[in-house]
Amino acid sequence: MLMGVVLAGAAFFAYTQLARSSYLTGRYLEKQQPVQFSHKHHVGDDGVDCRYCHSTVETTATAGMPPTQTCMNCHSQIWSDSPYLEPVRASYRDNKPIEWERVHDLPEFAYFNHSIHVAKGVGCSTCHGQIDNMPAVYQQNTLQMEWCLACHREPEKFIRPKSEIYNMQWQDGDLDAKERLDLKAKYKIRSKEMMTSCSVCHR
Amino acid sequence: MAELKEIQERVYPPMVEGDHTFATVSDKIGDLTLKKKTPYHWFIGFAIAFMVAQLLLFAVTTLLARGIGIWGNNQPVGWAFDIINFVWWIGIGHAGTLISAILLLLNQKWRTSINRFAEAMTLFAVACAAMFPLLHTGRPWLAAYWLFPYPNTMGIWPQFRSPLIWDVFAVSTYATISLLFWYVGLIPDLATLRDRAKNKFFKFVYGALSWGWRGSARHWHRYEIAYLLLAGISTPLVLSVHSIVSFDFSVSQVPGWHATIFPPYFVAGAIFAGFAMVLILCIPLRVWYNMKDFITDTHLIYMGKVMLATGLIVVYGYAMEAFFGWYSASEYEVFMVKNRIWEGPYWWSYWLLIFCNGMSIQLLWFKRFRESPFWLFIISLVVSVGMWLERFVIIVTSLNRDFLPSSWAMYSPTIFDWSMFIGTIGFFFTLIFLFVRFLPIISIFEVRTLLPDANVHGRQQDFDESVLEVEYTWEKTDEPNR
Repeated sequence: MLMGVVLAGAAFFAYTQLARSSYLTGRYLEKQQPVQFSHKHHVGDDGVDCRYCHSTVETTATAGMPPTQTCMNCHSQIWSDSPYLEPVRASYRDNKPIEWERVHDLPEFAYFNHSIHVAKGVGCSTCHGQIDNMPAVYQQNTLQMEWCLACHREPEKFIRPKSEIYNMQWQDGDLDAKERLDLKAKYKIRSKEMMTSCSVCHR
Repeated sequence: MAELKEIQERVYPPMVEGDHTFATVSDKIGDLTLKKKTPYHWFIGFAIAFMVAQLLLFAVTTLLARGIGIWGNNQPVGWAFDIINFVWWIGIGHAGTLISAILLLLNQKWRTSINRFAEAMTLFAVACAAMFPLLHTGRPWLAAYWLFPYPNTMGIWPQFRSPLIWDVFAVSTYATISLLFWYVGLIPDLATLRDRAKNKFFKFVYGALSWGWRGSARHWHRYEIAYLLLAGISTPLVLSVHSIVSFDFSVSQVPGWHATIFPPYFVAGAIFAGFAMVLILCIPLRVWYNMKDFITDTHLIYMGKVMLATGLIVVYGYAMEAFFGWYSASEYEVFMVKNRIWEGPYWWSYWLLIFCNGMSIQLLWFKRFRESPFWLFIISLVVSVGMWLERFVIIVTSLNRDFLPSSWAMYSPTIFDWSMFIGTIGFFFTLIFLFVRFLPIISIFEVRTLLPDANVHGRQQDFDESVLEVEYTWEKTDEPNR
């Protein structure tokens, strides 16, 4: 009897965990990209700012993928004959955009806007993880609704000062509780009820 | 003496006509399934119903392939055929439950020969009804997850304050209880069929389905308790299920939906529509299968009376809806009433509804129409159309002129809406035909209890019959009591 209860409980727990597993969410899965582009190298080693490539992150819904011209700003000068970069040069020559594989793919019924998150103090690494340590970018979080809501319910646990948005080393513990609440007030983040209203994300 | 008997027959008309004994009842009903050749009209009826059911296959396949955009509903008429048909079918089911549960508890003998197929009707109607909300989700395989979201990775639960989720529980409870009630009631009859079947295969199937029923006193004791309990559970469902369906509308703020009259008005409408469907089914059935002894004219008259009573409640509901609109003094409510009745584009549907549900039933005041199966059949058909129109009027005329004039739009159903609706009718009748062919359409053992043979010790209705009892006993003792 007891054994049965334990087994049933274990089975149920396993079942709930399966639904959150990377097998179903695609978390931690590195994608094969058309160019062997390393975020670790560009962000971590070279210190290129996120906004240099993802230039519309502060103003529009999508962070923006850089046109090949952005790559060529540097790579017409350095590594200009590297075989690794041939797809980039080909794209530039033929005026055909590189077809990157999307890593973070939200379903169409969820509305997401980068600019509002950045404006209200959500840093890149909060959702995307430490990109500066990722040679190939993978999805750091489940992107399940419960994950979105965890922050929409208690944004003060995750926000940071404006100056630290693009800081990949930022830790949530860098501010104490009171500082975070002040920050929430300063950003004028709405109430939990507003933030978790259906139509905030499902429009 | 003869006078007394005459009076008794007028007060308590016999519910079984003709000269029947226990054995002839079993023969007459059981043989339909076991011995008699399937009549040719069964094949014709089944073929037509089955062909019509293919429309459902067509509609659902297209729906799953292309999505719910193939339907005509769109803002502002976000709900249309899907919920109209859902409410219509659920309502039809209610008569079955009323007959089987409430009339049982009220000790109404006339329920006995119609309860079996009325319950089958309930089950099939609920099956048809359930299809609509499930398919309206567009992805029915996900709907199961939305309704019972385990494991819940959304971080949020279904809105328990929404009548839509109550509806899920109400309808699934209703379906479960109706199935159990129907099946438990079938067990003694399935055992009868098992005992009488000559064909090995059918003997096995009926045997398996009757769960080893031997008809011992203990079996009957358990059976009676179970049946009574199920009747007790079903009784509140007759009222609650359609009340909750009406909450889908009345809990919202849409003018034309937000009215306190809705729950009783919907429940009455459900029973009204349900009895119409019972009549539509049993009038041809009793002729085709020569069941007039069991489904007597008295049954039809009683059902006609129930239809008249519930129909009048529904008409009162229409009057109150209009009255509420005026009395609210809210310009939106007043506008809705005007729009619905004469100013709006769907005024014709309102008047057709009044004709079908309000005017046609007035004929039932007259004995001539009440006692004519033909007229009862016609009125029942008209009422079925009327009850469908009622939901159309409530839903479409309220939504197509909502608060924001810029979003006003007309609604018209597409071919897929119609295919699905007509397809469910075909599906429903396909199931009814199969039921008629393979199961006893009338409860054999319960009809037996209505026979004089079952009442040799004078357990007749509450009537002074101590004298009659002697007469009965004398009359019947020379008959074989099988």
